[in-house]
Amino acid sequence: MSETVTKPSSASHEREPVDLDRQTSGQLDVPPPATVTVIQPRRGWIPFDWKELWEFRELLYFLVWRDVKVRYKQTVLGAAWAVLQPLAFMLIFTMIAGLTNLSTDGAPKPVFYFAGLVPWLLFANAISLGGQSLVNQQHLLTKVYFPRLFVPVAPVGAGLLDFLLQIIVLEMMMVAYGVAPSAVVLLTPLLVLLTLMAGTGMALLLGSLTVTYRDFRYMIPFLVQLWLFVSPVIYSANECQEKFRETWGVLPAINPMWGVVTGFRAALIGTPFDPTELAISAASAVLVLLFGAAYFRRTERRFADVV
Amino acid sequence: MLPAIHVEGLGKRYKIGVRAPDDHNFREAIVGLLTAPIRRFRTLSEHAREDEMIWALKDLDLEVQRGEVIGVVGRNGAGKSTLLKILSRITEPTTGRAELRGRVASLLEVGTGFHAELTGRENVFLAGAIHGMRRAEIIRKFDQIVAFADIERFLDTPVKRYSSGMYVRLAFAVAAHLEPEILLVDEVLAVGDIEFQRKCLGRMREVATGGRTVLFVSHNMVSIESLCSRAVLLEQGRKIMEGQPRHVVETYLASFRSSTGSVALGERTDRVGGVHARFTDVHFYDAGGRITASVPMGGDLTVEAEFVCNQPLSRPRFLVLFTNGMGQTIFHAKSHAAVDVMPDADKGGKVQCRFPALNLPPGMYSIALRLNDSVAQRVDGIEMAASIEITEADVYGTGRGAQEPDDVMFMPAEWAWDYR
Repeated sequence: MSETVTKPSSASHEREPVDLDRQTSGQLDVPPPATVTVIQPRRGWIPFDWKELWEFRELLYFLVWRDVKVRYKQTVLGAAWAVLQPLAFMLIFTMIAGLTNLSTDGAPKPVFYFAGLVPWLLFANAISLGGQSLVNQQHLLTKVYFPRLFVPVAPVGAGLLDFLLQIIVLEMMMVAYGVAPSAVVLLTPLLVLLTLMAGTGMALLLGSLTVTYRDFRYMIPFLVQLWLFVSPVIYSANECQEKFRETWGVLPAINPMWGVVTGFRAALIGTPFDPTELAISAASAVLVLLFGAAYFRRTERRFADVV
Repeated sequence: MLPAIHVEGLGKRYKIGVRAPDDHNFREAIVGLLTAPIRRFRTLSEHAREDEMIWALKDLDLEVQRGEVIGVVGRNGAGKSTLLKILSRITEPTTGRAELRGRVASLLEVGTGFHAELTGRENVFLAGAIHGMRRAEIIRKFDQIVAFADIERFLDTPVKRYSSGMYVRLAFAVAAHLEPEILLVDEVLAVGDIEFQRKCLGRMREVATGGRTVLFVSHNMVSIESLCSRAVLLEQGRKIMEGQPRHVVETYLASFRSSTGSVALGERTDRVGGVHARFTDVHFYDAGGRITASVPMGGDLTVEAEFVCNQPLSRPRFLVLFTNGMGQTIFHAKSHAAVDVMPDADKGGKVQCRFPALNLPPGMYSIALRLNDSVAQRVDGIEMAASIEITEADVYGTGRGAQEPDDVMFMPAEWAWDYR
């Protein structure tokens, strides 16, 4: 088989026939390719390429695996670090609670705080690690192509593993303190999902913002701190609403973690919660995810140029 | 048959401003938003003024058929890496369109995806996955990859403990076992020792002759000529030539040549260093002390380099390096070897390197100029500073050519005979 191919017209080149046989001197062991990639400038809002995300799904697994491995390599305590974080905070809060009158909805203090910390930390770590992931891995963004979405999502996935370890410890604490879950426990998967949605949405949003505006990097820890105070981790949402509902109604529920943390406690240790607020928080979580994803998608194409 | 790569009118525009993106400050952005909404909005949505924009690539048309190996050459900043980045989907084009038929893999850097804390084994999986391999595929090729890299003993050591050679070998081994239909390669062969480079070139050749399409960017003219069936020359973002690798390489090298024998170097950006001292000009003089752009084979050539320094340079070491049209290094002329004591340079000056008999066959040669300090640290270096042409010369006075086309050097010889 011999084919002569002339090159496309262009003002400044030489026209010479190309003999394909000469180049492919071996057997043509590659079948005609199936995939066609089209590259052209894109404008406006572009939907996610679900097919591509599915094709690259194994890479997401590898990135999560990498984050988990790296976090605990060369450490003495290994996975115990995942549990130390909430335990340490819990101890501090318990001590502080001794000085204040903050209600713990009738539950034992350590259990109350730990149960609130577990979903909170899932969220907080998602946004702080996820938010910085793009900037921290600039070399990946500029040297190889894969769906950029995976970069902020991987730390969120890795956090899920920590979450599971923490749940085990929480169960042990519940047994120790004689606290039982309520019927709301059936909602737990939903609550976890909402946390992941809000966390991912914020990670995508903050991650994109940090790529363009470097000072966001320093804003993130600050933001997390503030967010902690507007979420009912250290205090009880119920007590708070008893005092302030007239002032602001259900406004605090706009914070997705407001409903989730309270709901999580209600599920696992049987403290009261307000379904309306949970519904509002749920809607908020969905909106945060949609907004974060849309903003991410819109700025994604410029990542390699500005990072 | 539809081409494997079809590029039409591709262009990429970058915004360059007095302020680099790194300085982008959210506070300023917010304040700006409040005080001058229209101006800020335009800046944020990248509608900058014309003089702030630069076209890294403009109106590029290219077609690569399946199974072709096409080389892309050009100076630094010509747009080669931008082209690769766009085709690799790392960055988006501003104009134009490209179509790639087949699975694409890019090799723009050695070690992409590697994480220092993970072991060699773990990194093979991670890097393989990042480059697009499926887990099953990595498992299947794992042994081959490790054998290619020759690091079996160190598989379970974190790569941060690897020597740079081992790291490079492993990184390339992973990349070498990608099986894409289209491979985009940027200069990654310029790493590792000779043995390894030979292995890499060999593997590239296998890939090239296996029916895969390769787009290969390189500064190594030897590999361009040996691997590519076609080459493209880019300059300042535009394609200015396309054709046989040998011709394209010649044109590329000839572009460094000055018609007058003098080349200004002060403003050149393709240099290493140049901060404390820099070469400002280079001149070529012939036997009679006249400025020339060419010298006959075997003739007398003086290379004079002018330099300035903004702090005194103690016992500087100068180096002139000759490279031929194929990119092969011919020789280094080192002042440190020839001169016992090079005086300290205060503000700058001139340095001359004379070759009483430059025994090189006719052709274009490019010279590199390097300046090191007394402890051999590079102060300034320009790799393709200028070109000089060596012309045919009737060295023996007989009117007959004294060398053959592929000779690497010319050696004057004397003949005697004794017949019966």
